[in-house]
Amino acid sequence: MKKYALLPVVFANIALTGCQTTSMNQVMETSESQVAIRQIQTRAFDTTSSTKTLRTIIATLQDLGFVIDKADDELGTVSGTKLNGYSLRMTVTVRPRGKKQTLVRANATYNVTPVEDPQPYQQFFTALQKAMFLTAHEVD
Amino acid sequence: MRQLFSTCLILLASISLVACVQTIPKEALQLTKESFKLRQLQTRSFDTSSEKKLLIAGAGVLQDLGYNIDESETKLGVIVGSKNRDATEAGQVAAMILVAALGGGNMPIDKHQKIRASLITHPAGKKTTKLRVTFQRIVWNTQNQVSKTQSIEDPQIYQEFFDKLSKAVFLEANEI
Repeated sequence: MKKYALLPVVFANIALTGCQTTSMNQVMETSESQVAIRQIQTRAFDTTSSTKTLRTIIATLQDLGFVIDKADDELGTVSGTKLNGYSLRMTVTVRPRGKKQTLVRANATYNVTPVEDPQPYQQFFTALQKAMFLTAHEVD
Repeated sequence: MRQLFSTCLILLASISLVACVQTIPKEALQLTKESFKLRQLQTRSFDTSSEKKLLIAGAGVLQDLGYNIDESETKLGVIVGSKNRDATEAGQVAAMILVAALGGGNMPIDKHQKIRASLITHPAGKKTTKLRVTFQRIVWNTQNQVSKTQSIEDPQIYQEFFDKLSKAVFLEANEI
């Protein structure tokens, strides 16, 4: 019986480790390894036009139900928010890779949690490559 | 006794799973049939090759509707606007009064809202430019909590917006 008495304490401990001790740690917080995250969030497209890529990203975000927050052609960034009982914020950046390719990196935040699951990013790039009429290549 | 412990365990285990974890819904970034219907609803094409003129007309309509322009990037055909408005609804007020009368205390009701719009143009062929507008809103209640976050998908709202925009483009074209 005594054995069981400890178990609730253990679970309570687990429950609390799910939470943070100091919320200021969030400023520089990452959980997955930097490299793994970058790989999940990045694809290369065989195009050199960053403006065209940005315009297609904006159209794709709209297709997915986002309202655009900001866009900057010179910096190559677009941000948007989707509200659907939750708030999903996405920032997508574009930069040239070599002479023939463009890198697209997306990162998403679901309410107050960074999205680190590969699947939603895969879905985003699937939608984007359809709109680009180009294949999204994985990048090492 | 044993049952109490196991109930306790299950309860705590479920709390530990819920604590501090939120996961994105599977369909959040998935294109559906609905997405294409919405695209049709939210897009019109205009007989002009000038994106800039269409953007100016669009910004004008947003201003007519009381939106403030938050962001714009002409090179990408983007205008973003928003407005803060009252969100009180008669039905909720009536319910609140009823609940209070029955001794249910002070029920929070919707109080104010922020409505956002993004307006995007893109060239489609030599003499045509397409424009897509999307609206969304966040509603706060009397306790200052967010009570609704939603995309606006009502066809009538989009129809009304494009009616106004068509008029504005027409006036622009005729320089009245």
